[in-house]
Amino acid sequence: MIDFVKRISGVNPRKCMKCGKCTASCPAFDEMEYHPHQFVDMVENGRIDELMNSKGIYTCLSCFACVERCPRNVEPAKVIEAVRTAVIRKQDGNHLKPDAIPALLDEELPQQAITSAFRKYRK
Amino acid sequence: MAKLTYSYFPGCTLKTKGKDLDKYGRLAAQALDFELEELADWQCCGAVYPMAKDEIATRLSSVRALASAKAQSRELVTLCSACHHVIKRVNLDVQNDDEICQKVNRYLKLDTPYAGETNVLHYLEVLRDRVGFDNLKAKVVRPLTGMKIGAYYGCLLLRPGKEMGFDNPENPTIIEDFIRAIGAEPVIYARRNECCGGYCTLENKAYAQKQVDAIMDNAKAQGAEMLVTACPLCMYNLKNNAADGLEVKYFTELLAEALGVKENAE
Ligand code: SF4
Ligand code: SF4
Repeated sequence: MIDFVKRISGVNPRKCMKCGKCTASCPAFDEMEYHPHQFVDMVENGRIDELMNSKGIYTCLSCFACVERCPRNVEPAKVIEAVRTAVIRKQDGNHLKPDAIPALLDEELPQQAITSAFRKYRK
Repeated sequence: MAKLTYSYFPGCTLKTKGKDLDKYGRLAAQALDFELEELADWQCCGAVYPMAKDEIATRLSSVRALASAKAQSRELVTLCSACHHVIKRVNLDVQNDDEICQKVNRYLKLDTPYAGETNVLHYLEVLRDRVGFDNLKAKVVRPLTGMKIGAYYGCLLLRPGKEMGFDNPENPTIIEDFIRAIGAEPVIYARRNECCGGYCTLENKAYAQKQVDAIMDNAKAQGAEMLVTACPLCMYNLKNNAADGLEVKYFTELLAEALGVKENAE
């Protein structure tokens, strides 16, 4: 699994110098139990299962602030996406079930939001 | 000079909930004398860039659009921030990642292989780099004098800066320059490039509300009376998830207004 995450993310976690800039920039900070720099560190140390069970994989906004500000070009958002992808590609791994969606919609919600959520939450 | 014609990718949202962004963009293009020719066969870009390197299917609609523009020898113009983000980055993948390039070409079986030749421009880049803000200013018939407008950039147009190449990701100026060109006064506020909460509004309203309230409070404190955006999802979040928000408009609506063509909309 660790190789899968490294391969599909293209991220080399060893480049990280643990400066924490990614986490300091992250708007999802309060919504994640593991913060972006911890994601990188835990992938480096093979702690993928814990990450796969963490809610941070669904609360990352893909805002790319961490990518922009990382001085070592580690691209933490890609690691988070890779772990989330590993989860939703598993059988029954979908985070959002189709019959749960109608209740979440309202009149003005743009297609873009629904399509994004589908792409982010299920395969 | 011959009228410039661009291939245009409107995207799903601009055909439905985001109609105003598209409608006023087209009217303004006419007034500014450039042509947006909608691609005949475009498909949804998928709304989020597929960061996983092994995802091919989710890159195909972007490559199809890029290849159609290439076949017409035109630059490809986008208007929705999300479409722009996805198509621009997939284009870079095709240019820089041999495996992705080979696989998409194998799937699509195009007459001529596509290797990332098309130049992708956001509508705002057309205004800045092709029309020119000075020329735009000269065509303004109803300047929005006295209006204090905050640019809301959000994430997708700016980041990652070295891929999007749109503007300085930490201190952008393009929308402020646009606001000046249409005769209004730009208001700078720190949170103009912070995330609106994006698609997380679907699952967790409180989270998106917190993001939006911080943006609105900051913009109001700096004196903004209105915000402009180029993204339908930012528009939704800013309008629906603010406790006491400012008015929010698409930049194209103000553009059409300043050019005196807004009333031409049916
Ligand atoms: S992309 Fe995700 S992890 Fe990175 S700063 Fe944004 S919300 Fe945080
Ligand atoms: S900003 Fe980059 S180098 Fe610093 S902790 Fe985050 S991933 Fe590591």
